[in-house]
Amino acid sequence: MTIKLGVPSKGRLMEKTFDWFGARGVALSRTGSDREYAGAVEGVDGVELVLLSAGEIPRELAAGRIHLGVTGTDLVREKLGMWEQQVEELAKLGFGGADLIIAVPHCWVDVDTLDDLDAAAAAFRAEHGFRLRIATKYHRLIREFMKEHGVADYQLVDSQGATEGTIKNQTAEAVADITSTGETLRANHLKLLSDGLVLKSQATLFRSRKARLQGADKVRLNTLIDKLNIEG
Amino acid sequence: MPHKALMRARAAELRAVFEGAGAQPIETAILQPAEVLLDLYGEDIRARAYVTSDALRGEQMLRPDFTVPVVQMHMEHGAEPARYTYAGEVFRRQEVDPNRSSEYLQVGFEVFDRDNPAKADAEVYATIHGAIAHLDVRAATGDIGILKAAVHGLETTERRKRALARHIWRPRRFRALLDRFSGRTPAPATRLNLLAQDDPMSAAGPVIGLRGMREISDRIEALREDAAVTPIAATQVDLIDAILNVRETLPFALERLRDIAVDMPAITEAVVRLQERMEALAALGVDVDNLEFEGSYGRTQMEYYDGFVFGFYPDARPDLPAVATGGRYDALTRVLGEGDEIPAVGGVIRPGLVVQLEGAA
Repeated sequence: MTIKLGVPSKGRLMEKTFDWFGARGVALSRTGSDREYAGAVEGVDGVELVLLSAGEIPRELAAGRIHLGVTGTDLVREKLGMWEQQVEELAKLGFGGADLIIAVPHCWVDVDTLDDLDAAAAAFRAEHGFRLRIATKYHRLIREFMKEHGVADYQLVDSQGATEGTIKNQTAEAVADITSTGETLRANHLKLLSDGLVLKSQATLFRSRKARLQGADKVRLNTLIDKLNIEG
Repeated sequence: MPHKALMRARAAELRAVFEGAGAQPIETAILQPAEVLLDLYGEDIRARAYVTSDALRGEQMLRPDFTVPVVQMHMEHGAEPARYTYAGEVFRRQEVDPNRSSEYLQVGFEVFDRDNPAKADAEVYATIHGAIAHLDVRAATGDIGILKAAVHGLETTERRKRALARHIWRPRRFRALLDRFSGRTPAPATRLNLLAQDDPMSAAGPVIGLRGMREISDRIEALREDAAVTPIAATQVDLIDAILNVRETLPFALERLRDIAVDMPAITEAVVRLQERMEALAALGVDVDNLEFEGSYGRTQMEYYDGFVFGFYPDARPDLPAVATGGRYDALTRVLGEGDEIPAVGGVIRPGLVVQLEGAA
C-alpha cells in the first residue's frame, strides 16, 4: 500500500502546492502529457500523488480514499458535516487566501450591515411577494451564518459561476461568494457588508481521519509529516 | 434502537388512543411540494428537510412534519370542529448530531375548534400526557401569546413593534433590535453618516438589480423617521425581560404575570387566557400546581407556534430529544388559509422514543 496525497489538478493552486512541497524536499510533478492527470512524488518513499478537482478533495478525504489532501478551508466546511471529525487540519499553506463574503449592490446606500439586510429583506418580500434572493454555491455555510445572525426572509439560489452577474441579470438581489481582492465585486457595482465576512479561507493540508493506515503506511505517513516539518 | 415493527405497533396503539379521544384518522403524502414549506419557513427548512426533485413537479420535500399537510387538508374540505390523528414517518436532515434520527415515526393529535381555545389547549395537552403518563418525563410549558401581546403593547411605533414581532422566534436578533430601539446600543456610524447626507444617493453609482430606487429611498425615509423616535423606555424593556425570565410552577407564574400586567396592561388578555387554560387543565385532572411554566419556552422551536406550547422530556436521558411536543398555531392557519383562518392546537408523540424509554424502565 501507499499513502495517497490529493492535490488540485490544475492552475495556480496546483503550482503553489507543488512549490510548497518542493520547498520542503518533496518534489511533486505531473507526468505524461499536459492533459493526463497522473503525477509523481520524489524525495519520500511510498507516497502516491492523486490529482483531483479541489472541490472533490473534501469528499475523497471523508471517504478515506486519500490519506492527505490539499484544498480550501471553505470547501471542507461547506461539503463536510462535522468536518473536524472527518479531517484534521495539518498545515495552512499560506496561499489561495480568499474570504467568503456577502455583497449587495453598491447603490443600496441604506444597507451596510446584516441588520440592514434583514430589514431590507422584510420590505423586499412585502413589495415583491417573494424572499430576497442570495446567489451562492456555499449553501450550508451561508444558511448557518444567516441563522446565527438571525437574518430572515431571504432565499438562496444556486450559482456555480459568474455569481456577481446575477444581480444585474435580476436572478438574485445579493451574492455570497469567495473573493480575494474584491476587484470582481467592484467591477460589478457591488459592495461588501461591513459585518458580512463569513469565513477566511486558504489552501490547507488536511489529513483524513477515515483512511485506514496499516503498519508500514503509518511509518510512511509519519516520515512524510516529519519531512514537511509540521505537527501531525 | 428498538425494532421498527415494535415501534410501528406502538404507533398504532397511540393512534388508537387519539381515535378514542374522538379523532378521525387521516393520511398525508410523504412527498410535499417544497414551495409551500419554503414560503412558510424560509431557507432554514432546507437545513431540516430533505429536498428532492424531478423535471415535472420540481422540488419536493420529504415531509418534515405533518402540520402543514394536515392544516391544508382541513382548510380545503374539513368540517368544523374537527379532531384528527395520524401516524407515520417524518424525515429530518441531520448535519450536527449523528445520534439524532433522520427518519422517525410521529403520532399526532390535532384539534381545530373555534369555540373555546383554553379548553382545546387543555384537551390536547391532557390527551397527549395521558398517552405517555407512565413514562418518567418532565413537562415544560410556555405561552408565546404573552410575549406577542407584550411586544404589541410596547409604547413605540408600529414599525418597531412589527420588527420585534417578526423576530420573536430568533432570540438573538430580537435582543439586538430591542437594545437598539431602547438606545442601549447606538445606531451604527454608517447609518448616522447616511442620514446626515442631504442626497444619500449621490455616491450610489449605477442602480442595478430588482430592488430599485424607490425601495431604497423608502427605506432611507423609514430610517429617518425611526431616528427621530423616542427610545423605548428602560422600564418597558425590563417588563419584556421580566416576562422572559418567568420560571415557576403554573400558579406562581400566573401570579407573577398578573403583577407584570399591572405595569403592562397590554398582556392582560393573554394572561386571562393563561388562567382559563390553567383552569381547563385542572378540570381535566392535570396537576397544575406542579406544572412548570417558562416565559421563554418555545421561542427557538418552530416558528408559528403563537400561543400555548408544551413538551415532555425524559429527564433521566438528557441525550434524547422530547418524547412529545405541541402547541397552538393559529398563525400558521392564517398564512396557509390565504385570508381564512381557524384556531388550531395539536401535538405529536415519538413512538420510537416511547418504546425506548419503556424498554429502559
